[in-house]
Amino acid sequence: MKKRILIAAVVVILMSLAAYAALFVAPTESKMGTIQRIFYLHAPSGMVALLSFFVGFVGNLAYVFTRKPKWDWLGVSAAEVGMAFCTVLILTGPIWAHPVWGIWWTWDARLTLTFVLWLLYTSYLLLRTLVEDPDRRALISAIYGIFAFLDVPLVYGSIRWWRTQHPQPVIMGGSGSGLEPTMAMVFWFWFLNLVILMIFLIHERYALEAMRGEVQSIEREAEAA
Amino acid sequence: MALLSNTAVLLGKELRTEFRSRELLTTTVVFILTIVVLFSFTFDPSVNESRRFGPGLLWLAFLFAASLMLQPCFLREQTNDTLSALRLSVNDPFAIFLAKLAANTLFMLFTQILLLPVFSILYNVPVLAAFPQLVLVMFMGSLGLSVTGTALSAISAQARMRELLLPLLLLPLLTPVLIASTEATASLLVLNPIMPWKWLGFLLGFDVVFLTALWLFGEYLLEE
Repeated sequence: MKKRILIAAVVVILMSLAAYAALFVAPTESKMGTIQRIFYLHAPSGMVALLSFFVGFVGNLAYVFTRKPKWDWLGVSAAEVGMAFCTVLILTGPIWAHPVWGIWWTWDARLTLTFVLWLLYTSYLLLRTLVEDPDRRALISAIYGIFAFLDVPLVYGSIRWWRTQHPQPVIMGGSGSGLEPTMAMVFWFWFLNLVILMIFLIHERYALEAMRGEVQSIEREAEAA
Repeated sequence: MALLSNTAVLLGKELRTEFRSRELLTTTVVFILTIVVLFSFTFDPSVNESRRFGPGLLWLAFLFAASLMLQPCFLREQTNDTLSALRLSVNDPFAIFLAKLAANTLFMLFTQILLLPVFSILYNVPVLAAFPQLVLVMFMGSLGLSVTGTALSAISAQARMRELLLPLLLLPLLTPVLIASTEATASLLVLNPIMPWKWLGFLLGFDVVFLTALWLFGEYLLEE
């Protein structure tokens, strides 16, 4: 218990440092002004959401082949945490877009992908609530999770071919792109922090799911007795 | 090739079941027709507007129809627990999926080919100039709908609220098919049709990815 509180405290301190860095350390962007600072939360959230969904995908694959409940727990924990970051991404996007592009939303490739991704994983979590038997739930939701993750590059590819307006990648983009060094430092600090936050949240959510699984099996034993 | 001969036998069974009642095909045709008619109230169906909105309208109707038509695919095996019998009768459970998805593709394609001329007359969009190409696009699109739809129908059949769940699981997954099929159809409905190789290739990629996934994971969906 003490260890968990300690880790939570470290995560809170790191996030506060990150907030300070985004607000006061990073220089103000020349064209967009202060509003650009939302970028340090927005862009890494997207990357971390994808990373989290990938962790979930690995959990799903491992469950299908090993049938160990722990992989199911990892799958659902990572999907939920990914959903949280995905929601942050969708909410911070319009806040930034409105003053800069003049519109709240546009059906550009990455925005649409994020929305479809959000819908896919909502369906995944919904599916889990509609199956009673724990083993069955774990298996069919794992297979749906695999299908959903395989769909991601296809959705992205199809929309990319179709239309795009989002700023070209500034991180690891082509030549001519790139961030001012302090901005880049703040950005990667945020990314690192969000990854730590992601691991922390997945770990906590996993512990909860494991406890739930245990309670369920005890309940079933009690019913059988 | 036990897989192919098993699939052929099972496909025969699927087609026989459907052609004895013709329930699925009639309801789907009427459903798509209803949507096509209702859509005419949502915009001014002049020739130019219809060229712009028509392909999307058609494919959206096909997508909705697929999410309804694929419901009974595995559900009707539950009534008399015929799925266990099917599983016992084939070596490779993939044959069950192959037969079902082939049957679904044929049903989809049949309704689409039937309704394309109706759409053409109602919305004044000539389709004869590029009819074979359109059939090819529709085949690739239907295959995409059926491959994912058949797999998800096996998933939703095992959950509560299955009638609502299947569209919810299926429609977001079909975004790439909707975009590719709509774009491909659109480029064939203009005055000087061009063959949409790019989008056909994309549909082929989609079909291959999910067919492979079904081949790898499908059998687990049929476990008791």
